[in-house]
Amino acid sequence: MSIILRLAWRNLWRHKRRTWLTVSAMVFSNVLLVFMISLQLGTYKMMIDNTLNAFSGHIQVQHHLYNDDPKIRYSIPEIIQLTGQLQHALGSDAVSARASAFALASSEQRSYGIQIIGVQPQSEFKVSTIPGLVKEGRYLSDPYAEEIVIGKVLARNLKVKVGDELTLLGSGRDGSFAAGIVKIAGIYESGLTDLDRGMVEMPLLYFQQLFVMENQGHAIVVNVPDLFEVNQWQQKIIQQIKVQPELLALNWMELQPGLLQAIQADMSSAWFMYGILIILVAFSVLNTQLMSVLERTREFGITMALGLKPGKLARLIILETGLMASLGLLLGCLIGFLITLYYQRYGFYYPGMEEMAIKFNLPDRMYPSASWLSVLFGPLIVYLFSMLATLYPALRLYFLRPVDAMRAA
Amino acid sequence: MQTPIKTITILAWRNLWRNYRRTFIMLAAITVGAWAMIFMTALMRGMVDEMIKDGIRSLPGHVQIHHPLYRDDPSITNSLSAPSKQLLTALKQDDVIAWSTRVRVPAVISSERDSRGIILVGIDPVAERSITNTADNISEGRFLTDKLDNGLVIGAALAKRLDTQPGKRVVVMSQDPDNEIADRGFRIVGLYQATIEAMEENTIYAARDTVQKLLKMGDQISEVVILGKDYRDVSTLTENIKSAAANDTEVLPWQELDTYLGTMLKVMDGFVFVWIVVIFLALSFGLANTLIMAVFERVREIGLMQALGMRPSGILYQFMLEAFFLLTIGLGIGNIAAVASIKPLESGIDLSVVAEGMAMMGAGSTLYPALYISDIILANIIVIILGLLTSLVPAWRASRYDPVEAITKT
Repeated sequence: MSIILRLAWRNLWRHKRRTWLTVSAMVFSNVLLVFMISLQLGTYKMMIDNTLNAFSGHIQVQHHLYNDDPKIRYSIPEIIQLTGQLQHALGSDAVSARASAFALASSEQRSYGIQIIGVQPQSEFKVSTIPGLVKEGRYLSDPYAEEIVIGKVLARNLKVKVGDELTLLGSGRDGSFAAGIVKIAGIYESGLTDLDRGMVEMPLLYFQQLFVMENQGHAIVVNVPDLFEVNQWQQKIIQQIKVQPELLALNWMELQPGLLQAIQADMSSAWFMYGILIILVAFSVLNTQLMSVLERTREFGITMALGLKPGKLARLIILETGLMASLGLLLGCLIGFLITLYYQRYGFYYPGMEEMAIKFNLPDRMYPSASWLSVLFGPLIVYLFSMLATLYPALRLYFLRPVDAMRAA
Repeated sequence: MQTPIKTITILAWRNLWRNYRRTFIMLAAITVGAWAMIFMTALMRGMVDEMIKDGIRSLPGHVQIHHPLYRDDPSITNSLSAPSKQLLTALKQDDVIAWSTRVRVPAVISSERDSRGIILVGIDPVAERSITNTADNISEGRFLTDKLDNGLVIGAALAKRLDTQPGKRVVVMSQDPDNEIADRGFRIVGLYQATIEAMEENTIYAARDTVQKLLKMGDQISEVVILGKDYRDVSTLTENIKSAAANDTEVLPWQELDTYLGTMLKVMDGFVFVWIVVIFLALSFGLANTLIMAVFERVREIGLMQALGMRPSGILYQFMLEAFFLLTIGLGIGNIAAVASIKPLESGIDLSVVAEGMAMMGAGSTLYPALYISDIILANIIVIILGLLTSLVPAWRASRYDPVEAITKT
């Protein structure tokens, strides 16, 4: 161990209580940062996954006007062939075609306006969780069948059960009157009231016949195995559809701008809070190190008179802070990591959270997810700011005049 | 001998400035902490207040009366009869600012180009004006004039979806109590705008009597909406209405009608408290450190003062006072800085970059910070009380020194 390191280490423990208090300040904010950042990242991931997996998927191919203005006439021609082509090109079967229209659904007792989605029963379950959420009856299977899957709330409101019939009234793509009678094959429950109350699914081929779509649809939904590969996949899809300039490939950020913006808004308020916490720790370090420099003025005067360069002394001070900050970093990360691990396993809960969770498609317990990034990011910034805070006391040493310093009280 | 309080105060004040660098750093930390507490709280409060105000406007009202099954199944069959005499008396009381009866049913609107599922609301345009602000947010055309108006007011966003505009005719279709399809043509007389686009897209307004006639429901209504004096305190109003309303109805305050909004208010109170405590804890380490150092530097002095006859309590008070001065000065500057930084923002902070994200949370795209005196007081009291508690330990230790040992300490 070099002499300067040993000196720094011993200096730290000349005022045990002060050093521990400063380290505690770092540990306190580090633990908080590790836990909060892990919780945030875990929540964001869950928000994105739950929202995208439920229905919208990661990438959708659409007519270029459809996303802003979802009208039935902004459709994709030859949609089933194009879907097959994309499945082949991407080497993935998580690609599925959809069409969408509005209709009035009537049971014997009630009528409600609903959104009807035409889906490909064989591939829909690869891009959406709804097929897996069928609680009564079964999901669609026959691509031509005149059957439908509806949400639980809608079933209750229409007062219907599996096996009952619904009359659908709407208008076709050509503006003609579209009417059909369908049998309820299953009832799903997603927990998202908007879907459960207002969205139903039927086989795409029957949908095309009912709404005079002539082999057209409105979206090809693609699910990407890893969120970080979305851009790559999007590029590949763009390559495939560039012969049809009226089509667009939109990623989830373009499809669900609210999701990303909610995350951004939450991030900025969180970082304001973290910033304050970090600044307060930096003040603590500044205070401690300035005191420790000031009280050693005589000592420094003597060592300088003996020939030690101010640069060496400044390095000593910086090393002292470095040791202290490392201690804070280590303990903070460790404790923070353990706490995060506990909640990662058992979930985190605070009163009133269920209502907020539903808004963002989250379960009623939150699970932080610890990763290298979430554990180290906050504490490293605290470390950085602690070192910055030492600059002032360290730089003061350059202006120290040995003779005056030795006489200092 | 009891040292006079004045002497102790002077000692504490002068001690504070002996090591002015340390004091300034600590003051800066307390100032930043106090500023952050109040500033952040004002922003969050502002956001939640707007959310609740918007939420109450779109509910609308503080208390609503429904058929017990209506909220789960908003069908025309779950309607109420017009308010009874007893209810009318209750609605005339002082704690009711305004009230209105509405018909509110799911319906389908079709223009020449497109159809959408929407909520058709039949309102009494005059009473509605004092409950919602839709009438003030007409972007084109006019609002409904009276209960018999034949026009229709729809959201600007819906008009775009339907490719239609004021002056054009649309067909509105719903069901009557016998599950027969009831439909009629309406002329759009006005477009309104709302803070949250989803609302613009799914709610349309027509005059109540026109809707009642269309749906063949006589003088039945879907809901009675009541606006009280203060949204924070609606329990008495709810009780009064409950005792006057018919037995087979459901009377609920806004917190239960929209549980998300209701819990937001509670969650906010919790958040404000936690935030203040967390900031304080981050400060407390520095505060304790400063005092411990101050005590440590002055051990000999403490011994001397004790030898000269100052009681331990005098030493204790001296250090506590020093901490108190430090805290109050820091808080004072922090408070002023917070108020000064919020005032210029009171006209609203533009958050339209993340508008759709804010809409997901149920908030509009402009944030109006709300500075509550109660929050400021809470923050200051918490910091002073916890700060003094933190200082108690070093101050108490200082007062327990043995004078002989202390005075000889090098």
